[in-house]
Amino acid sequence: MIIAVASGKGGTGKTMISVALAQTMGKKACLFDCDVEEPNAHIFLKGKLISEKIVTLPFPVVDEARCDNCGKCADFCSFNAISCTGGKPVIYAEMCHSCGGCFRVCPNKAISEEERRIGTIQEKQNEEITYVQGTLDVGLPLAPPLIDALKKTPRKEKHIILDSPPGTSCPFIATIKDADYVVLATEATPFGLHDLKLAIAAVKELKLPFGIIINRTNAQNTPTHAYCQKEKCTLLGEIPNDRRIAESYAHGQTLIDALPEYQGLFSEIAQKIVKNGKRR
Amino acid sequence: MKEIVVLSGKGGTGKTSLTASLALLAANPVIVDGDVDAADLHLILEPEIEQQHDFFNGVEATIREKDCPACGACINLCRFNAIKEKKKLFHKKTYVIDPLSCEGCGVCARFCPYDAIDLKPRLCGQWMISKTRAGPMVHAHLGVGGENSGQLVTLVRQKAKEMAQEKGHDLILLDGPPGIGCPVIASLSGADLALIVTEPTMSGAHDLSRLLKLTQHFGIQTALCVNKWDICPEMTTQIEKEATAQDVLLVGRVRYDEAVTHAQTQAKAIIETDAASAEDVHNLWKKLKEKIS
Repeated sequence: MIIAVASGKGGTGKTMISVALAQTMGKKACLFDCDVEEPNAHIFLKGKLISEKIVTLPFPVVDEARCDNCGKCADFCSFNAISCTGGKPVIYAEMCHSCGGCFRVCPNKAISEEERRIGTIQEKQNEEITYVQGTLDVGLPLAPPLIDALKKTPRKEKHIILDSPPGTSCPFIATIKDADYVVLATEATPFGLHDLKLAIAAVKELKLPFGIIINRTNAQNTPTHAYCQKEKCTLLGEIPNDRRIAESYAHGQTLIDALPEYQGLFSEIAQKIVKNGKRR
Repeated sequence: MKEIVVLSGKGGTGKTSLTASLALLAANPVIVDGDVDAADLHLILEPEIEQQHDFFNGVEATIREKDCPACGACINLCRFNAIKEKKKLFHKKTYVIDPLSCEGCGVCARFCPYDAIDLKPRLCGQWMISKTRAGPMVHAHLGVGGENSGQLVTLVRQKAKEMAQEKGHDLILLDGPPGIGCPVIASLSGADLALIVTEPTMSGAHDLSRLLKLTQHFGIQTALCVNKWDICPEMTTQIEKEATAQDVLLVGRVRYDEAVTHAQTQAKAIIETDAASAEDVHNLWKKLKEKIS
C-alpha cells in the first residue's frame, strides 16, 4: 500500500509523522522522502548509504553549424526556454521542461539532446528502516521529474510511505497522485485550517481516500475539529502540544525514540490507515 | 524602491506571521503574498478585494475522441506520462490526457498524425489587488493541482512593482513560499534583499543551508532571523555563527510565544497585541530598516 503524508501548510509535522509511521511499521515499510527541495527525514533516521543514483533529464544542445536561425524552436517552446532574438538560439536550461519539442521541430536537425544532472536518489538504511531520498540540485525548478524518478525506485516492502513536500501545487501532486491513502497533517490554527481545506480539495479532486492528523493540539473543540466533523473527515489521531516533542525534534531525534509513549498512538494510526486505504 | 522577499526553506517557521507585522511597521508598503499555493497572509491582513482577474497560463492538451483512431503516436511522444489508454466497448480503445500530468508543452498536438489534439488555454488561478490596513496588497490563488505557480508568482511581483512605481511606494514586501524550487526562484530573482526566517532545529538549519546556496547562486543580499530561538539556544548560536561566516546579516531573534497562535485566531499581527515577542519584532524591523536604507 502506498501511503502519502502531506499537508497544505509547511511545518505541520509531515516528516515527524512519516518517520514515526515508518518506525511503527518497521521492516514492512520503506520511507520515500519526496520533499526533494528540502529533504529532512535523513536528519532523524541517520542511515548508512546503500546506493546512490544520479538522475538526469535530456536537455537540448544546438549544433550551430547546422542551425540557419529559422527560429522555429523558439516559436514552438511553450516555456520560453529558447530565445532566437540575437540570431542563433540561446537555451535557458533552468526554464526547460525537457519536453523534446525543439529537436523534433527543427527542420535542419541542428538540435540534439544531452543528459544533464538534476539531482540524486539515495537508498539508505539504519537498523530499523530503509529509506529512499531524492535531493534536487540547488537552483533547478525541476522537483516533479525528480519525484517521478524517485517513485520508480523498486522496493519489495509491503508499505511505501511518501513524505510529501508542502503546498498543493505540482510537487505535491507528483507525490500523492498514485497513493492508496493520503494522511493530511495539520495544526489547529487558522493558517493550518485554511491550508488543510486547500489540501482536502486537491485530494478530493484526485479521488483519493484520506484522513487527518491534528498536530500540536491540547483542545478538543477547535475550529479544525469542528470542520473535520462537519465534513465527515476521518480523524486518524491527535498529537498533543508537548514541548518535549519540539525539543527532541530540534535535536534531530525521532518521536518514537525520544518519547516511546507515543508508540501506541502511531500503532493505532497505522492500523486505521491500512484499514481505510485503497486495495490494489 | 526596494523589494524584500521573506523566505524560509523549511515550512512553518513563521514567515507569514512575521511578514504581517513587518507590513504594518513599514510605512505603506506594497504587500505581496507570493505563497500562491497555500496563501495565508490574507487571514491576518483581511484584504478588501478591489480587482480580481483570472490567471491563464500555458495550455492544456485534449484529444478529440471522434478524430482519434488510437494510433498511439502521442503516448510515445509525451515525456510527462500524461496520456492514458482508456478501454472502450468491443475491445476498442482510445486515449485521454490527464490534465494534472500535462505540462502543456504542445508536442502531442504538433505531431499527431490525425490532427486530433487541441490545445486550450489553461485557467490556473486568480490574482487580486486589494486594500488592507497595512497598505495595498497583491495576492493570488492557485487552482487545485495548480500548474505554473512560478509564473503566477512572477505575475504578482510584476503587478506589485508597477503599482509601487505608479503610486510612489518605496518598499515591496513579499511573503514567499517554502522550499527552494520553482516559485521560490520566481520570487527571489532580482529582489534587493532576502529575509530568511528559520527555527533552531536540525531541519531548520539544514533547509537554511540549501536556501543560502540559492540566494548566493542568484547573488541576493541575505538577512536572517531565528524565530522561536529559545527552543534551543545552542542551535540558535550555531546557526547564527555559520550564517555570519557566509556574509548573512543577522537582524534579530524572535522568542517562542504561544500568543502568536492566539493573535492569528483574532486576525491580528503580533505587533498589534501586547505579546512579549512583539518587542523582538519591533527590534528586528529597526535593524532591517537600517540595512535597506
